[in-house]
Amino acid sequence: MNDFEIERREHYLNVNYGIRSWLFTTDHKRIAWLYLLSVTLFFFIGGLFATLIRLELMTPQGDLVQAETYNKLFTMHGVTMIFFFLIPSIPAVLGNFLVPMMIGARDLAFPRLNLASWYIFILGGAFTLMAAAAGGVDTGWTFYTPYSSIYSNTHVVLTVVGVFVTGFSSILTGLNFIVTIHKMRAPGMTWFRLPLFIWAHYATSIIFILGTPVIAITLVLVGLERIFGLGIFDPALGGDPVLFQHLFWFYSHPAVYIMVLPAMGVVSELIACFSRKRVFGYNVVAFASLAIAVIGFLVWGHHMFVSGQSVHASILFSLLSFLVAIPSAVKVFNWTATLYKGSVSYDAPMLYALGFIGLFTIGGLTGLFLAALGIDVHVHDTYFVIAHFHYIMVGGSVMGYLGGIHFWWPKMTGRRYPEGWARLAALIIFIGFHLTFFPQFVLGYMGMPRRYHVYPPDFQVLNVMSTAGASILAVGYVLPLVYLIWSLRYGTVAGANPWGARGLEWETPSPPPTDNFERVPMVTEGAYAYEKDPEEIYSFGKPAHV
Amino acid sequence: MNLGFPLFPEQASTMAPKVDALLFFLVAVSVFFVTLIFFMIIFFAVKYRRRAEDERPRPIEGAFWLEVFWSLIPFGLTMVIFVWGAIIFVDIFSPPNDALEIGIVGRQWMWKAQHPEGQREINELHVPVRQPVKLMMTSEDVIHDFFLPAFRLKQDVLPGRYTRLWFEATKAGVYPLYCAEYCGTQHSGMTGRVVVLEPADFEKWLSGGATGMSMAELGESLFQRFGCAACHRATGTSQGPSLAGLFGKTVELQQGITVTADENYIRESIVDPRAKIVAGYQPIMPTFKGLVSEEAILQIIAYIKSLSAPERKPAQR
Repeated sequence: MNDFEIERREHYLNVNYGIRSWLFTTDHKRIAWLYLLSVTLFFFIGGLFATLIRLELMTPQGDLVQAETYNKLFTMHGVTMIFFFLIPSIPAVLGNFLVPMMIGARDLAFPRLNLASWYIFILGGAFTLMAAAAGGVDTGWTFYTPYSSIYSNTHVVLTVVGVFVTGFSSILTGLNFIVTIHKMRAPGMTWFRLPLFIWAHYATSIIFILGTPVIAITLVLVGLERIFGLGIFDPALGGDPVLFQHLFWFYSHPAVYIMVLPAMGVVSELIACFSRKRVFGYNVVAFASLAIAVIGFLVWGHHMFVSGQSVHASILFSLLSFLVAIPSAVKVFNWTATLYKGSVSYDAPMLYALGFIGLFTIGGLTGLFLAALGIDVHVHDTYFVIAHFHYIMVGGSVMGYLGGIHFWWPKMTGRRYPEGWARLAALIIFIGFHLTFFPQFVLGYMGMPRRYHVYPPDFQVLNVMSTAGASILAVGYVLPLVYLIWSLRYGTVAGANPWGARGLEWETPSPPPTDNFERVPMVTEGAYAYEKDPEEIYSFGKPAHV
Repeated sequence: MNLGFPLFPEQASTMAPKVDALLFFLVAVSVFFVTLIFFMIIFFAVKYRRRAEDERPRPIEGAFWLEVFWSLIPFGLTMVIFVWGAIIFVDIFSPPNDALEIGIVGRQWMWKAQHPEGQREINELHVPVRQPVKLMMTSEDVIHDFFLPAFRLKQDVLPGRYTRLWFEATKAGVYPLYCAEYCGTQHSGMTGRVVVLEPADFEKWLSGGATGMSMAELGESLFQRFGCAACHRATGTSQGPSLAGLFGKTVELQQGITVTADENYIRESIVDPRAKIVAGYQPIMPTFKGLVSEEAILQIIAYIKSLSAPERKPAQR
């Protein structure tokens, strides 16, 4: 196939043109692009805030920005990155594009609802950006009361409305995925033939649906107390500030699994493809995703060991937190075992996947430090926590996201990205990441509290290292932006299945036609049957158009 | 190892070596697993690298016993870490009975301390070495957190109730104090220091800044000034329950439930008297919310406590 053929053949990108054809599309693949553009924008906005934070922390004095500005910077960094990048990134971009394709469906179950989810997301994002433009918010992304509900003089309500609104986008996406996975699988695509990417998104959707309403209610309560003085969280009004933390973390801890489970799903696909093997212990990895989603709902109290929560509750939450670590550990072992006697290639997506395992392992192990009650008392709310969750959420989720974007880029665009540059970027990100965040473990144990605008001079050397690492990391993130855009025009033509992968999404041309498959696919094998030819796994029946 | 900048915090409390021991165990476990995983990945990735484009490795479904093996190993290890961590935690929350009690009030953005003898400090806390110290802490506004890295301890300081933190310093010296719960604009300025003194030096420091009245004595004068004694008489029948010997006792409430008369109960009874009515009494006490400061409440509590220790002189050292 050559350039000319991509142009000539009708596919989802050229079926019609114009801004309206995108803003009113119900094609899940085009909606994925809408999300891709929006979360990329939010990623670089959040990254800009992070850059300013790291620059300020080069010196112990508060010399670049004032305390008030600094507090707004870390708040807006957290809000943007968590609610508007990490949570939607993999599910709304890759999940949207791939869930129907992987199970052999023409679209999600509710295409118009899917488009509505994007509009809701954009509406929520607009509120939050408005809050930033109006002067920002300084409560920290955690909105702890009574600071947020009574004392802060910044745009709390506007921000909270933004997060509240965008939550509905998560709920509707989760609902759409669950119904689609239940009802729209192709003939022969049984539950245990599903790619692990689908299992991960199924588990994530459960959290979307069960967790998000709780944060929505909680933020409404913060708004009611702030606007009407309704006493819910402020003890001066007869409320309980710790109640807020319970409600907030009931969603926000599972939200961590919203961020990491889809990345785990991506990694399972990549490891299998680039070692040409079935994922070792498929059932175990699938159930581990569900176990993480379920147990993840029972560990929120580990954010509150020093909050004044009862000692007995803390002990129980610590125990449950250790239990949730086990399915994660088992996944790491299974991915590693998948490489055994495989045929391993080092394409860029594989480098991201292996990088994910490396960073996630360190993030997971340092999670054990925080789950251990005696140590958490010391490191809670220090840079140790910051380092830990960045290893999980940036080291884990962002590596998984970038790995997935590279892997499915040929499918989404019909073209390949420049492989050499992509490998270089993966390497730069891996090195820059460690240099940025590893020193923060040491800083945290030494006692540097988080959210500090000025800090004792003893901590400076490690902070400078961290800032140096962040500048390397920034290069690593800008590079893909440049060469991926370049590849849209100049990349070599990919063909239907450039990686020799076995997923159903590779059995249709790249870019796929609007209906995904010209004929209804039929499946006779579990995912990752790399020992077989695709023709032995899939057959195509009657035309999809009726 | 001297790199010109410190990489490890000082150990200055009885808790610090315990916490550090668990830390070292966890670091050892982590180094082992990180090395194992990194080695396996690199080893497999190199050994089984793709040598020909048409390679088709034989499929391996998985191995049940291997899954059991590598589920049970982390399970066992995490249970050891869990129990170890919980033992330290219970220790952190079990102050000895003879601890010296100091009141701490946090506000945006300073720490105020009040010693039983009546001395007050701001953003500083003087304590004797080798003596258990218990802090009774509350906040006047938002949530703060009293964090002493050299002691490996921290505790949130909440508005509207007391939280406790106890420690025993092991080394005389000056150690940093940070607010660790984000509390607004000058959060990173809400710092101070803890000065640990040899007992003789501490006595000298105490006699230096004395106000003349102990916390309990200050509390007693407040008790008179607010007219509390009119109803809470020590003897005989009166409109309010007697407070003599109250502290630490079990109190029977109207609804038939019982509570322990601790600091939080007394504080609540002052600012929100109708929340818990003692059995046999009428809900007639007015609230003192807004009339008494958090520091004054701590003094009144010190006075009520002194009523429960007839064998000890009030506010003895």
